[in-house]
Amino acid sequence: MKITLKVWRQKSKEAKGEFKTYQLDHVSQDMSFLEMFDVLNNDLVKKGEDPVAFDHDCREGICGMCSMYINGRPHGPLQTTTCQLHMRSFKDGQTITVEPWRAKAFPIIKDLVVDRSSFDRIQQAGGYISVNTGGVPDANEIAIPKKDADAAFDAAACIQCGACVAACKNSSAMLFVSAKISQYALLPQGQPERKTRAENMVAQMDAEGFGACSNTLACEAECPKGISVTNIARMNREYYVSKLSSDNV
Amino acid sequence: MKLDSKIPEGPLAEKWSKHKFNLKLVNPANKRKYEIIVVGTGLAGASAAASLAELGYNVKAFCFQDSPRRAHSIAAQGGINAAKNYRNDGDSVYRLFYDTVKGGDYRAREGNVYRLAEVSVDIIDQCVAQGVPFAREYGGLLDNRSFGGAQVSRTFYARGQTGQQLLLGAYSALNRQIANGKVKMYNRTEMLDVVVSDGKARGIITRDLITGKIEAHSGHAVLLCTGGYGNVFFLSTNAKGSNVTAAWRAHKKGALFGNPCFTQIHPTCIPVSGDHQSKLTLMSESLRNDGRVWVPKVARPGLKAVDAAKIPEAERDYFLERKYPSFGNLVPRDVASRNAKYACDEGKGVGSGLAVFLDFADAIKRDGKKVIEAKYGNLFDMYQQITGDNPYEVPMMIFPAVHYTMGGLWVDYNLQTTVPGLYALGEANFSDHGANRLGASALMQGLADGYFVIPYTIGDYLANLGWSDKIGTDHPAFREALEGVNSRLNKLLSIKGKKTVDEFHRELGLTMWDYCGMSRTEEGLKKAKKKIQELRAEFWTNVNVLGSNNELNQELEKAGRVADFMELGELMVDDALNRSESCGGHFREESQTPDGEALRKDDEFAYVAAWEYKGDNQPEVLHKEELVFENVKLTQRSYK
Amino acid sequence: MNWFSNLLSSTLGRKLVMALTGLFLILFLAVHLAGNLQLLKNDEGQAFNIYAHFMTSNPLIKVISYVNYAFILLHIVWAIILTRRNRAARGPQGYAVSNNTSHWSSRNMGILGTFIALFLIIHLRGFWYEMHWGGIATANYDGVDYKNLYAVVDAAYSQWWYVTIYVVSMILLAFHLYHGFGSAFQTLGLNHVKYNPVIKFVGVAFAIIVPALFALIPIVMFLD
Repeated sequence: MKITLKVWRQKSKEAKGEFKTYQLDHVSQDMSFLEMFDVLNNDLVKKGEDPVAFDHDCREGICGMCSMYINGRPHGPLQTTTCQLHMRSFKDGQTITVEPWRAKAFPIIKDLVVDRSSFDRIQQAGGYISVNTGGVPDANEIAIPKKDADAAFDAAACIQCGACVAACKNSSAMLFVSAKISQYALLPQGQPERKTRAENMVAQMDAEGFGACSNTLACEAECPKGISVTNIARMNREYYVSKLSSDNV
Repeated sequence: MKLDSKIPEGPLAEKWSKHKFNLKLVNPANKRKYEIIVVGTGLAGASAAASLAELGYNVKAFCFQDSPRRAHSIAAQGGINAAKNYRNDGDSVYRLFYDTVKGGDYRAREGNVYRLAEVSVDIIDQCVAQGVPFAREYGGLLDNRSFGGAQVSRTFYARGQTGQQLLLGAYSALNRQIANGKVKMYNRTEMLDVVVSDGKARGIITRDLITGKIEAHSGHAVLLCTGGYGNVFFLSTNAKGSNVTAAWRAHKKGALFGNPCFTQIHPTCIPVSGDHQSKLTLMSESLRNDGRVWVPKVARPGLKAVDAAKIPEAERDYFLERKYPSFGNLVPRDVASRNAKYACDEGKGVGSGLAVFLDFADAIKRDGKKVIEAKYGNLFDMYQQITGDNPYEVPMMIFPAVHYTMGGLWVDYNLQTTVPGLYALGEANFSDHGANRLGASALMQGLADGYFVIPYTIGDYLANLGWSDKIGTDHPAFREALEGVNSRLNKLLSIKGKKTVDEFHRELGLTMWDYCGMSRTEEGLKKAKKKIQELRAEFWTNVNVLGSNNELNQELEKAGRVADFMELGELMVDDALNRSESCGGHFREESQTPDGEALRKDDEFAYVAAWEYKGDNQPEVLHKEELVFENVKLTQRSYK
Repeated sequence: MNWFSNLLSSTLGRKLVMALTGLFLILFLAVHLAGNLQLLKNDEGQAFNIYAHFMTSNPLIKVISYVNYAFILLHIVWAIILTRRNRAARGPQGYAVSNNTSHWSSRNMGILGTFIALFLIIHLRGFWYEMHWGGIATANYDGVDYKNLYAVVDAAYSQWWYVTIYVVSMILLAFHLYHGFGSAFQTLGLNHVKYNPVIKFVGVAFAIIVPALFALIPIVMFLD
């Protein structure tokens, strides 16, 4: 199949970016979207042109590194990661516009590569349970209702790709942050630090410059791992209760 | 050079506790005077960095990904073994030890494996305390399953994303130490050399992948937790970024490389769909519990999955069930993989010719679609997403793919390489899996090394070293290493040839797969060696790397990695040539039983092959560490 | 009180203010509608005028009405603050192509709200201002003089453009409520598998019925 690609090219964080159009004539529909980019880049190098920089690693939908905004949707037309999207989802002759995630808290590094270290910093603010290695109780000492363990897993399935931020008109990170807060709030191990965690992670989220939640649910619709907005409601609860009842003045 | 494995004396079950007592300790007040460098943040690296920081050491941690949480441990699906015996089904530390030694086809050290089995139980406790959401039963206690043909249910799991959840646990512990200021994290930073002075590891040279800045970092010890080298085959189940560079640089600085030819090929992967293929996707081997593997009895080139139903039962060859009546489709990974290859070699492969069917029609007829969907729904969806075929209606097509490398840097019982102060953890070392790794054991080893081994063993080295024994980055050894790295990068950028890095990588991968893959012959290996040497020579005169060193330059990153893969590939071939026996994942066609099964030669090859680098274009020197089996009896595997 | 200002200035705290004031205004709408429906009573406006008198003279109602004014202002000012922050979070460069799957009204609460605020000005100027400070004729019921607000309303609703503004504004209000009702509960963290369907149903019903009845009044009076 033939494809016309409009790709955002930007030399560096400071540089001004623009769209460049590329024509690909021999695209197989069995190719993954990233393999189509491999072909493009191979052609570009052959022609002596700078290949398109893009983030990717595991290419099996779990590392969360790939991050392309394809035809107006994060990760493209399917609710999956960019690496799991295949060309059979597109029509012969179609024009595909590819942009980086756009958010103030995700500055562009080059072309389609953005800096998501803000997500790491939010977790450093409290996304952990303070236990040292060794000296912990036997794993079966604490019984956890299956329902709670499953709900915690559902939240923990987040791959930190940032599609929620990319999809949100406010560039809000609440789906991501709420998934992290929820995982620990649902488990008995997370209780001792529960209140401080919610307060600190939300404070860091705000400090990074993410927007507020308008409950448009666009994040949930685009999340490749199906993280539910129920988590956002839980985070809100956790945060209000913590602010009103914790000892942190 | 004499290899000293430092396995402690005494009965198997007491070795580790005795050893721990004999190791020197670092005074708590002095720990903050030490700086430890950890390269890689997968299970081994993240757990080591966090645990060492908790003890009070200052840690610098490095990963080339944009976040430590993206290391490829995240992709492990099945589970993690632990000898908890929660199921009351006869499991024990000794049984896990025994299964692992036997599964590794008797090419691993007893002492290491026993320790691994021993600390496996602590890993589960640790992960649960961190909030890892393992699968649970309705009563609230942890669930277990039997995995990879094990006779007991000792595998803990978190749906099909166990690696992800374990890594997030270790990553959270790491984050806590970053917040505490005990770990300084360097994301998007790749290690390009190790600095050795006075025969000790003193630091590393890194490249900031965003700015291209080359930096020197000095420390009292360096831990390489950089994973395996399966990407030498270009196509593998590894992440695209997984590479051997850190380990290979260490090798060239004096660390011996152990059993490089031991690679694991996983039978149930999605076949290659075309020349564009960039990686292979693994599907859980649990699929073989209900799927039947077959090819047509008479070659039908290009047979599509939709036409499979037209082949009558009598014209199908269920080759695993035919050859191995007692194990059938559940034979171990290496046997299943090899037989799929044979079927395709005979021209009976389906689809592209490099695939066999994995058919669920009988299972669906027997149990109903609902039951199959409940068991494998997510895998079926994934398959359909990638191939466009619906496995509920047509058989899946599968083919083996490179999955894991048992070989790696040679380490002693303390996980120290032959360079003092330089350690290798997790898949990066060779130590615990012998010639074949059992399912759900990779996660176990990575976390065992990071949480429960290195925090003890490193103290002994540091206490003996003393905190003042450290060199600054202005030391000539650092300057020399910096120059080396810079000149290599400049060389890569200056060639401006005609071929892209990927083209070289694909060629290398094809050669490795054809001659040093599932089955190997002396003739093929010799051919491969010549081909790799030619390819390497061409690479350094004809590769085209655009751009500069002062920017995000992904072609440059790949070029350096592929250059190292080519050197490693040659060593793998040397090792495979030397080991003229068949064992585990290494199958030499010259060494078979009369009915075509792998034939081990324990008299000649019950040793670890550790290779020493002797300079560019010099043959590497083989050192043998004899393996002593005091507790298990060596037997030939049989699945008939 | 550092923690309290922290709370209010956080993104979550700001949303909390929006949700609480929004829910209060929803309650107000219901009460307001109940009163307004008396316009349709066939009594030449007697019931409505007595009701209007009560609403402007009862001390308790007065206090509540001041709270109401404050909440309307708070809802507007906080919305402006939040919108500015959300704009900033998006960064300077927007997407060239956007295929957002979310509901249109959820993405355009600010625009909807702006039009509703404009409507509010017209509405308050036409009736509320007149009632308080305008020179309104009186009507006498059972020997007591009441301001005849009904006559003002009746006169206004005899102009087709005035009715049109009202009807269009109520449609906009419907969309605002359609998202706002459920959204307020989500923001407050009141999300539960048992009650979600109820909240959703009541929200949609409220968003349709209340503005529809509000719009019905000028239409009926115009046709009369």
